[in-house]
Amino acid sequence: MNWAHTLPAVSAAFLGSFVEVVEAFTIVLAVGTVQGWRPALLGAAAGLGLLAGLVAVLGPLFGLVPLHALQLVVGALLLLFGMRWLRKAILRSAGIIGLHDEAKAFDAETATLQGERTARAAAADWLAMAAAFKAVVLEGIEVVFIVLAVGAGNGQIVPASLGALAAAGLVLIIGLAIHKPLAQVPENALKFVVGIMLSAFGTFWVLEGLGGSWPGADIAILALALGFAAVAWGAVRLLQRRASASTEMRA
Amino acid sequence: MSIFASIVKEVLGLFVDDGSLALAILVWVGAIATTTYLVPIDGAPLGALLFAGLIVILVENVFRRARSR
Repeated sequence: MNWAHTLPAVSAAFLGSFVEVVEAFTIVLAVGTVQGWRPALLGAAAGLGLLAGLVAVLGPLFGLVPLHALQLVVGALLLLFGMRWLRKAILRSAGIIGLHDEAKAFDAETATLQGERTARAAAADWLAMAAAFKAVVLEGIEVVFIVLAVGAGNGQIVPASLGALAAAGLVLIIGLAIHKPLAQVPENALKFVVGIMLSAFGTFWVLEGLGGSWPGADIAILALALGFAAVAWGAVRLLQRRASASTEMRA
Repeated sequence: MSIFASIVKEVLGLFVDDGSLALAILVWVGAIATTTYLVPIDGAPLGALLFAGLIVILVENVFRRARSR
């Protein structure tokens, strides 16, 4: 196994999936707590079934697309997805926008479900199931995209899938053990790292898709990740410094 | 809105959050693709150009967002 090839794909899939599974787990836990585990688990299972169907349909289609076209399209989508995460992570780290809070998300979902339970008692099970289904599908689609995107261009789908499965297993084990939303997970730091890695993968695949080749082949992904990391870190420091300077001026 | 319509909307939102960031990335990738088509350039300089453009787009976007706060 070529680790320079496999490690970035596995770690991006693991970390990205970890964040998404934590978010889905929070909603399913809220549904289970308010409305019972039957609708929560049925909704989650239906969501997983839909995702499995998506992978079964999309997976073979990837093999039909010419490699360069696949790399270019996946690279562009990775840039849109990864730089969106990285932008948000920079703004959150610099205090420009608020951090995502799993405990707050759990409370909000619980309040919504309790409100619906009172207002529409007959349909409460369906609404709860729909909430679990939607959470699993939405977060799961992100996991499927990350796995396919980091793995499809260079035959790393199996290692990337294993990374995602390991993340899902870890979240479930921790979540079932503590039976609370995983609010202590440093979600913004994880999103920061995943945003950097997906942006690096995207940049790499776009050039490969255009027929160019990077010096050092796959090692270039690590170099690109270091470049994105340095710029993102510098941007956070500058934004923090500017914010504290303007606070001092106002004081 | 039906559950599937809201899922489709949120899936689109995975790629487009700030429209100007998404548009700038696509325009830059398109410009690099056009350059590759018109002028034969080696991988390394073209890769450096692609990366530099993406960095400028990201930095400009976060600082613009910070200013508009």
